[in-house]
Amino acid sequence: MYACVVNLMETVMKTWILALLTATALTGCGYNDFQRLDEETKSAWSEVLNQYQRRADLVPNIVATVKGEANFEQETLTKVVEARAKATAMQVTPETLNNPEALKKFQAAQGELSGALSRLMVVSERYPDLKANKGFSDLRVQLEGTENRITVARNRYIKSVQEYNVLARSFPSNLTAMAFSYQPKPAFAVENGAAISTPPVVDFNKK
Amino acid sequence: MLIRWFCGLLVWLLALGASAQGVLPVPALSSHVIDSTATLTSAQQQALDGKLAAFESSSGTQLVVLMVPTTQPEDIASYAQRIGDAWKIGRKGVGDGLLLVVAKNDRKMRIEVAKSLEGAIPDLAAKQIIDTAITPRFKQDDYAGGVDAGVDRIMGLIMGEALPAPAAQAGMDVSRDDFQWGPMLAFLFFVVMIGGGIARKLLGNKLGSLVTGGLVGLFVNSLTASLLLAILAALAAVVFTLVSSVGRSFRGTGGGGFGGSGSGGGWGSGGGSGGGGFSSGGGGDFGGGGASGDW
Repeated sequence: MYACVVNLMETVMKTWILALLTATALTGCGYNDFQRLDEETKSAWSEVLNQYQRRADLVPNIVATVKGEANFEQETLTKVVEARAKATAMQVTPETLNNPEALKKFQAAQGELSGALSRLMVVSERYPDLKANKGFSDLRVQLEGTENRITVARNRYIKSVQEYNVLARSFPSNLTAMAFSYQPKPAFAVENGAAISTPPVVDFNKK
Repeated sequence: MLIRWFCGLLVWLLALGASAQGVLPVPALSSHVIDSTATLTSAQQQALDGKLAAFESSSGTQLVVLMVPTTQPEDIASYAQRIGDAWKIGRKGVGDGLLLVVAKNDRKMRIEVAKSLEGAIPDLAAKQIIDTAITPRFKQDDYAGGVDAGVDRIMGLIMGEALPAPAAQAGMDVSRDDFQWGPMLAFLFFVVMIGGGIARKLLGNKLGSLVTGGLVGLFVNSLTASLLLAILAALAAVVFTLVSSVGRSFRGTGGGGFGGSGSGGGWGSGGGSGGGGFSSGGGGDFGGGGASGDW
């Protein structure tokens, strides 16, 4: 009887210790940090998507306004429309984040739209009527604000991914990452970043 | 302690990285009006500062005017964004901050709007304020008048927005010290388990437990600078070591016990920021909203 009670006590204590050990080991090795940062990168990514969507929603209005301008350079306009179609057609799922190839494609499509839009804005300078158009200048301001927000959202995403990756690669949390097979997340491709930080070349001689 | 030191090093390295890239450092947030171009006379500066301070105490919203000679090599949008990120002006929990940056020699300005004010001041409204209130005056070199008119329009828009009323006497939040409890607890647990066993073998059950407890208490005290916590930890360690020794004498095999857990959460580390009349509410989140203009 006595031995039985002691035995029971021992099992209870053992489970206790095991639970406590697991809990402390997991927090000590950054398991909770992984969860927190993973959520953070996800929400930062949604913000990026959100702002890209905002821009995509703006494009039809811009196109409609520009179309009102007679003899506007058609090629520029079609490029914007095509780039928008391409960018919005792309399905972006949370899995995209862990797939460098898909992320690259997504970035390329959005980058194309950025380029087409900035070209449109440069070209529009040549049309005095368009410049004087109140609706168009409003859209211009909105587009500028959206591009700004995209930049901020992208930067925040890059930062949160960096934080996650540092955790996934540094000791001892990398052991946790190995145990649960958490991979470092791909950030935005470098060549893209370079293309964005260099200002677009404007060639006024090209007609 | 070590963690804080490490964080300090990291921040310092980051600052070094920023200066290595050649961007301008973030100026200290000393008042509602910061003019490093010496454009405004001190009377104008005081009047504007008084107006913005009064607006803050009546509506709670923090408006800051920053005049710099240039933002080069950055463009004004990313400069203003960086300043907004660093200062985080706007009340905690509300985040209503707004920044008017004027780069005088670049002849550029920007109204940077925190996310929670983007409803009151959408980009278009900000652009309109720049175009109709500020730019015409700046063109005539009337900088004080331009900033003043712009600020008036901004205040008008914010008044129309239903924001939470300001706290009676804004008691500054004490900055929370997020001490890493998890790793320390894990560490202590193993130290007590192994060290306690050794101390017991060497010094006997009672003395060994006491010594372990004392050492843990000292360690916790040096780490957290809290006597109460240290005593708690010491007691927990003594009990743990004793219980595991009792368990051992019961059956002769590895006994149980419980770890010195308890005591959750951090506490404020005397954040006596004190001093000057103006400090950032720390809640403003700048997401790139607002508008830029030139003259």
